[in-house]
Amino acid sequence: MSFEMPKEKWRGAVNQVKIGATAAEGGTRSSTVTVGGEATLPFLDFEGDTPNRPVIAFEVLDLAPTDWPEPLVEAYGDVFGDPAAWAQKCVEQYEADLICLRLQSAHPDRGDSSPAQCAETVKKVLQAVGVPLIIWGCGDNEKDNNLWPEVSQAAARERCCLGSAVQDNYKTISACAMADGHVVITEAPLDINIQKQVNILVTEMGVKPEDIIMYQVTGALGYGVEYAYTIMERTRLAALGGDKMLSMPMLAIVGSEAWRAKEARLPEEESPQWGRRYDRAILWEAMTAELFLHAGTDILVMWHPEAARLVKESVLSYSAASTESE
Amino acid sequence: MALTAIEIYKLLPQTNCRECGFPTCLAFAMQLAQKKASLDKCPYVSEDAKAALEGSAAPPINLVTIGVGDKALKIGNETVLFRHEETFHHPCGLAVLVPSDLDEASLKQKATRLSELQFDRVGMIVGVDLIALQHVPGSDFRAAATAVAQASNLPLILISDDPAAMAAAASAVADKRPLLYAATAGNFDEMVKIAKEHGLPLAVRSEGIANIADLAAKATAAGVSEIVLDTAPKTPKDMLLHQTAIRRAALLKKNRQVGHPTIVFAVGDTPAAKALNASVAIAKYAGIVVIDFDDPALVLPLVTARLNIYTDPEKPIQVQPGVYAVGAATEESPVLVTTNFSLTYFTVEGDVSASKIPSWIVVVDTKGTSVLTAWAAEEFTAETITKAVNDYDVAGRVKHRTLIIPGGVAVLSGKLEDLSGWKVLVGPRESAGIPAFLKSLPKLAA
Ligand code: B12
Ligand code: SF4
Repeated sequence: MSFEMPKEKWRGAVNQVKIGATAAEGGTRSSTVTVGGEATLPFLDFEGDTPNRPVIAFEVLDLAPTDWPEPLVEAYGDVFGDPAAWAQKCVEQYEADLICLRLQSAHPDRGDSSPAQCAETVKKVLQAVGVPLIIWGCGDNEKDNNLWPEVSQAAARERCCLGSAVQDNYKTISACAMADGHVVITEAPLDINIQKQVNILVTEMGVKPEDIIMYQVTGALGYGVEYAYTIMERTRLAALGGDKMLSMPMLAIVGSEAWRAKEARLPEEESPQWGRRYDRAILWEAMTAELFLHAGTDILVMWHPEAARLVKESVLSYSAASTESE
Repeated sequence: MALTAIEIYKLLPQTNCRECGFPTCLAFAMQLAQKKASLDKCPYVSEDAKAALEGSAAPPINLVTIGVGDKALKIGNETVLFRHEETFHHPCGLAVLVPSDLDEASLKQKATRLSELQFDRVGMIVGVDLIALQHVPGSDFRAAATAVAQASNLPLILISDDPAAMAAAASAVADKRPLLYAATAGNFDEMVKIAKEHGLPLAVRSEGIANIADLAAKATAAGVSEIVLDTAPKTPKDMLLHQTAIRRAALLKKNRQVGHPTIVFAVGDTPAAKALNASVAIAKYAGIVVIDFDDPALVLPLVTARLNIYTDPEKPIQVQPGVYAVGAATEESPVLVTTNFSLTYFTVEGDVSASKIPSWIVVVDTKGTSVLTAWAAEEFTAETITKAVNDYDVAGRVKHRTLIIPGGVAVLSGKLEDLSGWKVLVGPRESAGIPAFLKSLPKLAA
């Protein structure tokens, strides 16, 4: 008697969301990215469709980072302060699927740059690269609400992802996304009920479920990864169980979380017992991402090109066919 | 398959005699169903009922113990597919491969190194759990096993397909309770014989998943009680599928043939790729993960991943609230305030200690949550901090009246000054900034 693969019969599936628009679709992107669509748990293609592989977005900051550790400075130091060149480097040299542009400079404590300046940055990045964009505000609710009309308009019909809509601040971003044909990222602090609530609020405004990506807040390896992993796993199970308000693809912000960890930051001299800093830092980011992949994340926002490369290879190996026929 | 309270009740005498210590048989049945009482408390259960109940109580995945003493590793006995349904119970063992053809001194050196490959994480010492000694044909497996067992108290896995070599090594270190790896279709009877002779746990290996259940069932039938499964996946994808299939079959299909923990040899082209695949094996049900590197830069992330995945999702790891001295703290030392989430406390403690400036840390009871989580949940407030400062008599330990709070909760400072009567200094956001902050701190006035 040969051992049989026990299969689950899932009722639901993750929504399929397309990011980016080509000229034919009214945008200017040379490539687009489609995520979601899974009708099973991560990579278990023997029992359900997994039409789209998870993708990696490289994060680009519009402010030159002042406190990045050496391995990151080596990778990006030459393009700090020039988001267009930075984005270009990620695409041309590191094969980014998407660019995640973070408009940090708009924050009142970090330069308070104007909506016009931010819109300009967005335009430059759009010109510099052909891949789709994720655009993230500065995190200050009031400022972001000032920002979105102009920034969203500057990227009109490019079908970017705009982040993020939260429980007590979702209206402006949703309205802008609808007006200009973008995707909305809804965010909740590691809480599946709040996540669902934000999705309901945003859809009630008229955003279609197929135009939403979820961000459930990320904790790095050793710093909360277990919470984020389980929230994502539960969310995927909810989608497979047929909960339409939790069926959106998921995004995880990995780079900034992983590189906050002491294990990634501390130079060798201060932590010789932990081995080579470069190796451990790369793996800290890559392993954080790897765990999220297996919890069901669809878009990973990463920092270091080597960590991203490792994870991309891993995605390919888990997406490949099994060597055994059933 | 676990029985419900009602099903158990039907098997009890139903006389409500109270001798079990519960008011009724039903009350007792309910406790049994929740595994909070043991059946032997009732003197009147029939033998038949006992058999039925014990059968139902047997775990769907057997527990396997490798090694002896306080380093012994217990794996298996898992009850869920997903952490949130309960928790993962027995942390997966991390094993490092050592070839047997090293000379004695190198073997011992390597074994010692692996025993010492440990890290302090959130107040717990974590590291490599097993040494996987791999027989290289031509080398003396018995001598190698003896050398490793002398140099290290980590449990052993003896790896060889050759029954003669295995018999020699197993008899030399049988008292250390190694895992024998592995019985295959080719050497089955001999390997089973060795395992039974010494009462040792045995791994069974099939190439691919098709035959694993048959092989395991054969080992059980032959009288081996502790079995570990290896499906020898060739690719990461196969590994994920095999692991999922086995866990699902054991838990959802009640397939007892595969109700055993698994062992996974991490595959990958480079050590980093192997480490990533090992992390997937940790998250996806492996009982043991074997790696062939011992570089701390790669092992530290792995032991961290294991700790995270095996943390009870309902109970964050906590430290006892109170006031703690770091170094030889005096009445002039600075006082820092933090939460009782282990991760938070030990991160801060590590950085305070790295500053070499003796200090006090006041640990507020935030039910084991981090600074910002506790702040958002109103567990880390001017009120709770003031209460902690008073309850733990911080004023009796220092002459000055200055508290240092985390940068993330700077907004608390005004109210905290008013409520506590202490001066409040806002420290850095990240504890990595603490050494620099403490070094530039002016002397605290009394
Ligand atoms: C894991 C997590 C959880 C876990 C709990 C983990 C735990 N045991 O605390 C869960 C899922 C349960 C959770 C729940 C909630 N969370 Co939460 N959570 C996180 C997450 C991802 C990581 C937190 C963590 O572990 N950090 C690591 C520890 C070590 O950090 P820390 O304690 O802050 O310590 C650092 C510094 O503060 C500093 N430090 C510490 N002490 C001291 C002392 C001094 C003197 C100094 C100088 C420095 C210092 O050093 C440390 C290292 O740098 C963060 C987001 C993130 N990525 O950071 C959100 C986050 C903290 N959570 C948040 C929220 C809102 C919540 C909820 C209220 C959401 C809800 N469901 O309603 C709940 C509240 C919990 C409750 N009781 O209801 C918000 C807080 C927002 C804010 N700024 O107010 C965050 C920031 C997420 C977000 N962006 O929205 N959360
Ligand atoms: S001792 Fe046995 S028979 Fe008596 S009440 Fe308890 S369960 Fe019932």
